[in-house]
This record gives sequence, structure tokens and C-alpha cells, in this order.
Amino acid sequence: MAEKLISKIPDGPLAEKWTKRKSELRLVNPNNRRKLEIIVVGTGLGGASAAASLGELGYNVKVFCISDSPRRAHSIAAQGGINAAKNYQNDNDAVYRLFYDTIKGGDYRSREANVYRLAEVSAAIIDQCVAQGVPFAREYGGYLANRSFGGVQVSRTFYARGQTGQQLLLGAYAALNRQVAAGTVTSYPRHEMLDLVIVNGQAKGIIARNLVTGKLERFGAHAVVIATGGYGNTYFLSTNAMNSNGSAAWQCYKKGAFFANPCFAQIHPTCIPVHGDQQCKLTLMSESLRNDGRIWVPKKMEDVMKLRKKEIKPSQIPEEDRDYYLERRYPAFGNLVPRDVASRAAKERCDAGYGVNETGLAVFLDFADAIKRLGHQRVQERYGNLFDMYFKINNVSPWEEPMMIYPAIHYTMGGIWVDYDLQTTIPGLYAIGEANFSDHGGNRLGASALMQGLADGYFVLPVTIADYLSNKFAEPKTDINDPAFEEAEKAVQARIDKLFSIKGKKTVDSLHKKLGNIMWEYVGMARSEEGLKKAIEEIKELKKEFYEDVCVPGEQNQFNQELEKALRLEDFFEIGELMARDALNRNESCGGHFRVESQTEEGEAKRDDANYMYVAAWEYKGEDKEPELHKEPLKYEFIEVKTRNYKE
Amino acid sequence: MDFNLKIWRQKNASEKGHFETYHISGIEEDASFLEMLDILNEQLIREGNDPVAIERGCQSSGPVSFDHDCREGICGACSLYIDGRAHGPDDHVTTCQLFMRHFKDGATITVEPFRSPAFPIIKDLVVDRSAFDKILQAGGFISVRTGAAQDGNTILIPHDNAEKSMDAAACVGCGACVATCKNGSAMLFVAARVSSLALLPQGRPEAATRAKNMVAKMEELGFGGCTNTRACEMECPKGISIDHIARLNREFLKAKFRD
Repeated sequence: MAEKLISKIPDGPLAEKWTKRKSELRLVNPNNRRKLEIIVVGTGLGGASAAASLGELGYNVKVFCISDSPRRAHSIAAQGGINAAKNYQNDNDAVYRLFYDTIKGGDYRSREANVYRLAEVSAAIIDQCVAQGVPFAREYGGYLANRSFGGVQVSRTFYARGQTGQQLLLGAYAALNRQVAAGTVTSYPRHEMLDLVIVNGQAKGIIARNLVTGKLERFGAHAVVIATGGYGNTYFLSTNAMNSNGSAAWQCYKKGAFFANPCFAQIHPTCIPVHGDQQCKLTLMSESLRNDGRIWVPKKMEDVMKLRKKEIKPSQIPEEDRDYYLERRYPAFGNLVPRDVASRAAKERCDAGYGVNETGLAVFLDFADAIKRLGHQRVQERYGNLFDMYFKINNVSPWEEPMMIYPAIHYTMGGIWVDYDLQTTIPGLYAIGEANFSDHGGNRLGASALMQGLADGYFVLPVTIADYLSNKFAEPKTDINDPAFEEAEKAVQARIDKLFSIKGKKTVDSLHKKLGNIMWEYVGMARSEEGLKKAIEEIKELKKEFYEDVCVPGEQNQFNQELEKALRLEDFFEIGELMARDALNRNESCGGHFRVESQTEEGEAKRDDANYMYVAAWEYKGEDKEPELHKEPLKYEFIEVKTRNYKE
Repeated sequence: MDFNLKIWRQKNASEKGHFETYHISGIEEDASFLEMLDILNEQLIREGNDPVAIERGCQSSGPVSFDHDCREGICGACSLYIDGRAHGPDDHVTTCQLFMRHFKDGATITVEPFRSPAFPIIKDLVVDRSAFDKILQAGGFISVRTGAAQDGNTILIPHDNAEKSMDAAACVGCGACVATCKNGSAMLFVAARVSSLALLPQGRPEAATRAKNMVAKMEELGFGGCTNTRACEMECPKGISIDHIARLNREFLKAKFRD
């Protein structure tokens, strides 16, 4: 099976690889594109931009989303910005530097060629979005403005207030709408993909549930693109939207697509702390806040105690009694260290007892200095909506007192394994954006998710998929009465029937919450062999409990949100188990994955390049069978692999 | 905190709806309105399973369906008419950013779907807002192909115009403006898009036709006309100003003169 992991990375110098690959890729002539059908599942930045671009090229596209409109996809919640190597600031930025920062930020666990391509197309993304009417922030001269993000020393992040994801998504959604009007794209909102259909070894369609009527529907195509985002909601509490899930990707895994680096999950340092056990969702406060906000906890334990009892306000603690621990530990990058480093540092302070709220799980993010330095007006322009949001949620104004923040699950770097063309191990099945594993290694830098989603959707996939489709136009349209569709639909129906037949007493959410607790405890910010083994056992137990005692009320053939959640939770159990298994296998600390067995004396992450410089790609082997691990070695030909150092 | 919740229940688009009242207790004041509904649903599912509760009279139509997703006030999925106001009693928030501290302990809270002929009910509090997609498909875009764009800095946009455009672009497409308008008009929604693009040089070539086509589609889909009551502006969770409707009208008139 090893031959399945052919990465198709072109030979030659790094800067010429993408050009070389593009020149090799076969084309489909415009007359023949009309004969070809492509299914795109998901309408976030990746899915919407891909569907729109493929429609513009003349393909027949069917695009699916679980929300009532493509515009609701969770890319919309990205706040801070999008990176691009424009060097508009004259701060010596370049494609190479963006590439280097991304590889280094990912702790040397991503492919050089993919990351270089990402940096290479980044500038064109900004141009495209400007042309679509995305209202990026401007300087007074009318030129595009930039800010800085974690893990870098240049200002290359473009932004639209704290709503960059929203604006970029509305741009892609507008392009999509234009194609719907042109008739090249058909949109299927409130449809959830529940299975992938494979005919003669090739991805040829999907089974989707119409979430309004509840009926199962079959859709055929010449190729299928998965753009369904990550699986962060395995943890129950995360910054993901409530309906974000890993099911579409997981069904592809179960049909033979390899799943890569599942244990690489990003824990974002600046989220609003958990307020109680009635909570179901964590809210992110943009990383852009770390440009001007300073993170601290008190130096003195007595101040911590007074804060928890609300006897003093944080602003009353004098400067000399504050521990700006990121500036202390990482002087070169200070508050702008990468997310994994910032999260672990917050955990370290809170574990040491310095957490500043009642639960002891919070640190301060303070804007007093920034307001003094920049003035109210400029801080308002940069972060106004984030300050408002914080106030609405916490009833405390960041203009007067520092924000309280704590790390939370935010993004998953792992995902479906893809080659350089973004094709999975199943011919005709592609994965883009957060759904694939390819560009962020062990840790994603801020403002790079938007960049990757749009790079894949606008500029990479529309080119690479033509190569696969170039000899498919003569084939007849996929027949949805093919036995493969029949079989897939029956299997989905059996799953649904089984869930309704259990008639237990426990709600889906209560069981999901339990899974979340196991994941956060053992597969969270610090992982150990013992804990991970425990996680695998406990998830198995919990899964048993689910199949014995879950209650799914209502019926199939109606709008039924409990059924939707139950189907997703079934997959989260299995995803969680594979995450733990992958984390157990990777006995090194690397990016967001921290194994307590592998750390330096100072408590910094210790990578093990000799043994783990590979992509772990897992192959499904069947129900209750252990998955098989395949290794794609990572070769660094163009950069020197170093220990990440944000201190000097 | 304790509440009585009077909630609209409707099995599907064709059946008649009705109110059901539920009692809920032990809600934290820092809980959001939707978290409160999550807790209610847990309770309704448990009671639906519990013969003792059913005997006590705890009969309901099962868990309440409502649209929601990001719970950060940005996706626009959540809706709800709460005590007679779109997105409830707090100003400039979507329902997911409404917190229980804004209600009195022991209060009875009435929860209804967004009502408009253009937003048919799917189930309970869930409505079909696909008419909004259709309006945007009629012209809410700039006709640019992927790959056709020039360098972003060759299009200079004065800082204040970019800011104004962004003010309008903040629309989340929730439909509060329609639900709150006595005419069921989608003018603020249409205006936000038209104005956001009309303020940018790259949006100018299609500005007038965009306005004309989107307004025509709005009327075709059964939304009412605008009579300047400003209710939409009051209830818009993003505080989008009706100044944008004035800009829409200018573009619309230009298109009419041209015809």
C-alpha cells in the first residue's frame, strides 16, 4: 500500500516547482468542461472559492452546505486577517520569508513544496479579493493597510476590522452567487453529506440528507471535492461553530482516503474563558489583539487571591507587580509568539496557581498601554467590534479593565491526506482548506487559514483537478442508480434506523460533553502515554454507552436537529479515538502536540526529528480493527531544520 | 434564574402552529439565550422519555428547533422574535449574543420565529431565508473572474470610503430588518450590499444595474416596500444605517433615468 502515498511533488528548484507542475498538468477544453460535473461539499472559503472558480471555467458544479445559506460557513467567524507576501510595508517581506515563517511556525512538519506554493499565490489572493469589493482596511492615502500576527517579524496581514473572514467569505459567496445566476453552479443548502460513493475505485458521488425533508438523496459527478473544514468540535467546547463537524471527511476516511496527522490540533491562546458548565461554545478573541495587547498575570499570589474574590480590580495592580510572562520568556517575539507557545505559557502560569478568575483558568490581555500610545480613535478602528463583543459577553469593558482570556481548541491542522495536486488516496476525491492536512504542519500561524482556503479554492484546485478530468469528458454522466449508490444509501439508512431504535435516556449533547471532557483532559494541551491510552479506553466505553442509551427523538423525515447531532457524534467518537492513537504514536512534542515525555529542562517542546519527521497517514481497516499507519517522510531540501526559537 | 418560556411550535410549513409554555430553572445569568434554549431542549428530551413527567402533564412537541451556528454574532444563522423584538431586548446584538442578565428573574418570555411572507416557516422557530440568496444572485456581486485582478494597490480607496463600505458590508443576512418591518421590506438588506459596493471604485461600473436588479428581485419574491419607518435600523444587530437606503435609491434612480 505504500505506493498510495505518492506526494507528486515536482522536481527542481523550490521557486519553480509550481510553475513546473502547472506546465505538466493536462487541460480540459472549454467545450468539454460543460460535459463534466463536480461536487463541492462545503461553502467556506475553500468550497465557495473553488465552486465559483470551477463554475467560471465552465464546469457543472453542485455545491452543498449544511446551513440555510452558503454564507454561514464558519470561515465567516475568522476575525484578524489574511497573510500575503506583498511587502507593501517595505519591511523586507518576500514569498520566501512567508514560506519560511509558515514552515517554522508549523514546527517542520509540513511539506516544503506545498507551503512554498501557498506563499507564492498569496499575493494574488489579495488582488482577487480587492477586485471583488472586499473592503480591506486602507491607509489615509488609499493604500492597503497591514498589521502583524503571531510568529512573524513583518507586517503582512491584510484585514477588514475584526471581520476579515466574513468579508472574504462574502467575496467568495458573491462570486458563487454570480455563477448560480449564470447557471454553472447549483446550490444545495441544508444538505448534509453522509457518505461518499465510489464506483470502480473512483469517487463518483455522495449520499446527502436533505435537512428539511429528512430524505436521503443521491448526487453523482465526475469528481468530488471535500471542503468541510476541521474536526475541532470533537472536544465539544471549541471556537468552531456549533454545527461544524468532521463527518464528511470521516466518511471519506472510511471509504479509503487516508487521514493524516489527526493529533495536530491548534489550541488558540486568546479565547474567552469558560464561564460555567451550561456552556456549549467558546468565543475567540482575535489574535490581532496581541499586536497591541499585553498578556500578564500578577507576580504576587496575594493579588491573585484578591482578584478571585473581586476585592481589587486588575487595573489597580501596579506595573512592578505584573508578570508579562511572554515578554519575559520570549523577548524577541514577546506577545506575538505562535499560538502553541502562547497557549502553553498560559497553561504553565495557571498550573502554577496564577490564574486570575474564579476557576483559576484565565490570564489578562491588557490594552491600557495601547490606548495611551495610540489614542481611543485608532484602537476603536482596529479592535472596536472585538471590544464590543467582549463587553456584550462579559459585561466588562476592555476600555477600562483588561480582557480575561484562556486557550481553547480552535483549528485542526490534521485532515485528509492529499498529494501536491490536493487529490486524496481515492482517485477523483479532492480535499481543500482545513479539511486537508497539507500546509500547516504541527501548528498553523495566525491569518494563514484564510490564505490556505482561498489559495486552494481560487488558484490550486481549479488547475489541478483538470488533470484528472482531462480524460473523463467522454464518460457518460454518473448513474445514480448504480449499485454503488444503492449500497451507500442503504448503509446510511441502516445507521439512521439504528440510532432511532436505541430509544435510550441520554441526550446526544450530554454524551458529546463527556467526549469533550475526555479529549480536553488527555488529548489537550499536555499529552502523555498513560493519558492517551486511557482516552482510547474511555472513548470506547462512552461509545458503548451511546449505542445502549442515547435518545434520538422525532423522526427521520422531518427537520430533526437531534438526529443531525447524533450522526455527527458517532463520527466524533471515532475521530477522537484516532486523534489519541496518532498522539500516542507521535512520541515527540511538536507544534500544538505536546507530549510531556518530550520536553526540555525549561519546559519547552522537544521535537524528535530522527524518529518523527514524517506525515502519519492512517488507513481505515474496518469496524473494530486497528487502522494501519503509513509514513510519508518529510524531506527538507531548501531550508535548514532548526529548533524553533522565539527568544532571540 | 427561573423563567417561563412561551414558545411557538409548528411541525412544518403546512401545519398550523401554536404556543407551548415551559418552565425552566437554574439558569446562570451569564448564560446566553441560546444556551438557555439548549438547556430547555435537554429538559424536553428527558421529560419526553420519562413516564412520570408525562403523567405530571409535561407534554411537549419535543425539543424546539431553532437556527444557530457560530454563536459569535457573525454568521447570521440565529434569528428569533423575543418579547416582540427581533433578536430580543438588548441593542445591536444577534440572539446568540443576548445574555440572560437582560431578563428579570421569573419573567415570562415569548419566543416566536421571524415572521414574513417571504420567510416561510420550516419548523418551530426555523424559517426559510433562501430569498436572501436569490436577491444577491440577482446582482450582489462585482463581475470579476478568478485570476483577472490587477494589483490590489492600483485601486486606491480613500480611508473613509473603505470604512463606510465596511459599515454596510457588516450585514450578517439574518433578516431582522425584514421581520421587524411592518411592510416586510428587505430594503436595508439590499441597500447594505448595493451601498457597500457602490462606495468602492471597482463596484461603480455595475452600481446602477445592480441596484435595479436586486430591487426587482426583492419585489418579485414578496418582500414589501420601504416607507422609511427606520424600524430596520433600530433592530439591525450590526447597526447598519438607513443612510445606505438613500445611496441605494440614488443608484436605483440613475438606472431608471438611463432606462
